[in-house]
Amino acid sequence: MLKRFPAALAGEDRGLAATLVVLVALGLLVPVFNLVIGEGSFLHIPTYLVSLMGKYLCYALLAVAVDLIWGYGGILSLGHGAFFALGGYAMGMHLMRQIGTRGVYGDPVLPDFMVFLAWKNLPWYWHGFDNFAIAMAAVVLVPGLLAFVFGWFAFRSRVTGVYLSIITQALTFALMLAFFQNALGFGGNNGLTDFKELLGFNLQADGTRISLFVATVIALVGGLVICRLIVGSKLGRVVTAVRDAESRTRFLGYRVEAFKVFAFTVSAVIAGIAGALYVPQVGIINPSEFSPAASIEIVIAVAVGGRGTLWGPVIGAVLVNYAKTFFTGELPEIWLFVLGGMFMAVTLFMPKGVIGAWPSVRDALANGRARQRRTVTEAGE
Amino acid sequence: MRTFKSLICMLVLGAAWALTPAPAGATDLAPLVAPFAGGGFAEKIEAVGNLAASGEVRAAAILEALADGRLMVLAADNRLLIASPDGTSFADAITGEVVAGVSADSASAVTVNNRLRGIVRGALGGVTLLSPDREQRLRAADAVLKSRNLELLPILERAAASETDPQVKPHMDIALGAARLLSPDAEIRLQGVPLLAGHGDADVRSLLEGLAGKAADGSFAETDERVRAAAAAALEAGASRLFIQQAVEKVFQGISLGSVLLLSAIGLAITFGVMGIINMAHGEMVMIGAYTTFVVQECFRAWAPGAFDLSLFVAIPAAFLVSGLFGIVIERVAIRFLYGRPLETLLMTWGLSLVLQQTVRSIFGPTNQQVGSPSWMSGAIEVAGLSLTLNRIWIIVFAGLVFAGLVLLLRRTALGLEMRAVTQNRSMASAMGIRTGRVDALTFGLGSGIAGIAGVALSQIDNVSPNLGQSYIIDSFMVVVFGGVGNLWGTLVGALTLGVATKFIEPLAGAVAAKILVLVVIILFIQRRPRGLFALRGRAVES
Repeated sequence: MLKRFPAALAGEDRGLAATLVVLVALGLLVPVFNLVIGEGSFLHIPTYLVSLMGKYLCYALLAVAVDLIWGYGGILSLGHGAFFALGGYAMGMHLMRQIGTRGVYGDPVLPDFMVFLAWKNLPWYWHGFDNFAIAMAAVVLVPGLLAFVFGWFAFRSRVTGVYLSIITQALTFALMLAFFQNALGFGGNNGLTDFKELLGFNLQADGTRISLFVATVIALVGGLVICRLIVGSKLGRVVTAVRDAESRTRFLGYRVEAFKVFAFTVSAVIAGIAGALYVPQVGIINPSEFSPAASIEIVIAVAVGGRGTLWGPVIGAVLVNYAKTFFTGELPEIWLFVLGGMFMAVTLFMPKGVIGAWPSVRDALANGRARQRRTVTEAGE
Repeated sequence: MRTFKSLICMLVLGAAWALTPAPAGATDLAPLVAPFAGGGFAEKIEAVGNLAASGEVRAAAILEALADGRLMVLAADNRLLIASPDGTSFADAITGEVVAGVSADSASAVTVNNRLRGIVRGALGGVTLLSPDREQRLRAADAVLKSRNLELLPILERAAASETDPQVKPHMDIALGAARLLSPDAEIRLQGVPLLAGHGDADVRSLLEGLAGKAADGSFAETDERVRAAAAAALEAGASRLFIQQAVEKVFQGISLGSVLLLSAIGLAITFGVMGIINMAHGEMVMIGAYTTFVVQECFRAWAPGAFDLSLFVAIPAAFLVSGLFGIVIERVAIRFLYGRPLETLLMTWGLSLVLQQTVRSIFGPTNQQVGSPSWMSGAIEVAGLSLTLNRIWIIVFAGLVFAGLVLLLRRTALGLEMRAVTQNRSMASAMGIRTGRVDALTFGLGSGIAGIAGVALSQIDNVSPNLGQSYIIDSFMVVVFGGVGNLWGTLVGALTLGVATKFIEPLAGAVAAKILVLVVIILFIQRRPRGLFALRGRAVES
């Protein structure tokens, strides 16, 4: 089984390579089409579309993170949105501190919502977030640390399968309830918003938005490459072995929980980075990102694209989120039918997602065409 | 202000005098009530006092009508009438006889301002403290305790002394004690304190605390040393009683919450616990049950409004059947293809739950639906100073019945035997001639049907909206996982533990923080015991 694995990976790699090429092309061409080609031209890509694509790619990065542990590690996390949101909040805190006196109340230190709540001092955990480097460290460390502690406890006591899924869901649900509280100091219901600038660049400016998009492309490419390296390494193969036969791997002498914690933590860090890139492009972060439904939507994106392939989730996330944008805009009543139908159809009929379904569809089409040709030639004789 | 107080004083003393056996009907009412027909507010206030002092049987009725704005003046001859609460019939204020042929247009209500209304209320309290109706006396005693009026002291003394009803007596005593505390005479205040001792009521305790403690400026609010000491002692005596009373109240609330959790989780204990199916659409089965209740009630409203109290008895089997049928169809059409793939089942049923929610939203609309409570479920009973609402009690009873029924079904019937057989060893059961496919469908249908029944109960205490199920699904899974999968008793213990624990944490930390805390504790608990409180042992663990 392990021997055949690299061969299987090689097959995947063609798709992965194609995805990377497309992403790099996007990263190079979109700025040109947005900035260089004038607004009159039909080739011009408006800025709102750039931000929308950036948002999709953030979700794609989150989907890759989920795929790393679900597709390769067999760990179905229904709470990965929590790591995404934590990264997002860390970025949001930095952006809030950057507002300075330009807020509605003009307080040089306190964000608007704290002035509104009549707080006198900045809570201790908000200190240092005016520094970009510290904020970026928090983007990585907070989700990473939570995942490490949570994973260490869960995997050490051999919480597996659906039990793990359910407690990850409870984790994100508990965090959502907590972040809804005003007293926690993260803006409660409204979350963090009304951002002005990042590193001195106006967030509304076209150039900033393009830069954020390019940063997202780079992060996604980087995430894919890192995940590919992990999956292809010996360590990654052990992770996959745990997925397929956990007890057997343990009996072979591997410390299963260490491998799982490693994959879980890396995945959470990637999710946190995706969240940090998401917030400045969308302009808001609020507790709804913690909702169990948001996390499950990412899981379905992975399932639609095809889990166990790194590029499948990218396709899945873009497809699902494009569908969401389209249906919630055009036909809001049937969006839940579509989403729910996607869940059911994919699990029942396409367990490997659209990517896995493609070869059989192609074969079916090829057979059909061959049969047609045969019929035609027979008729001609 | 002084005149105001002396007025009340006069009024109440008058009332007290009035209730000494006065020669009934000795005074003529007509001149007493005449100011209501045309006088200014000052005259009306005076008239209220005179009326209360008159001792007339009709006084209470007239004052009540005045306070409610039902005292009417007939435009033609300034005659005073009392309108019935629904405003359709009129009675003569003086004689109490029904007057026919009066239309609402020909009479206008006597104008009342807030000051007059307050005076009328006080006078009424004095008049009704000695009323022969015990309900009225109970209300009057509580009203007097709230208003705390020294002028009411004499009448309270009389009322408390003559009170014989064991349920009304404590209320009278508390009101009397509270009124005595207002007296300028330290001796009387001292007599008031013992009456307040030993009660857990928060109002009473704050009164005593005011006596025993210091005011903001450091001086004692109470000047007399002995009164302070007595108040402190009374507080001490009340503390343990208060503690027990609060604990009992929390336990009741906890059991009430636990029974709701039990109802929503017990269906899941069958589908998840017994069959191992992760049914994320379980909450939607509950929601469908609640909507079935709504539809049944609409039918009752349309065709048999008189029998509305019986609607729940129809709704329970209807909800069981509707949700159960949904369950069977879902199992046959989709879930059976996913046996052995729990994570896929989870995702599939989550998708299903979205579709079901949106379907219900499309049919019934996104807003909350009005589900009524039958009369036998509304109201409250009072046990040892605790007020327990009837619908909560019924839900506890109902949860117990459903649980007992389910245990009996699994233990004592042929179907239950087959279900347990298939769960324990599918291929062996199949070899013994059990049609496993049919048992699977029925088991899933049973779990879903129980969820539907839970929906009937939840419709009585929660909003019936398409999101009803979502708010219970995570809690339900927590209960089942906490209690231990595959064990109904574990679910019972888990639900009650979580319910009581939540209610005990809530006052310390707030409702949301309590929920978060409970979730975190469960997450930690699962680390310690990954298989729950009552873990299965033996071969089943490995599967």
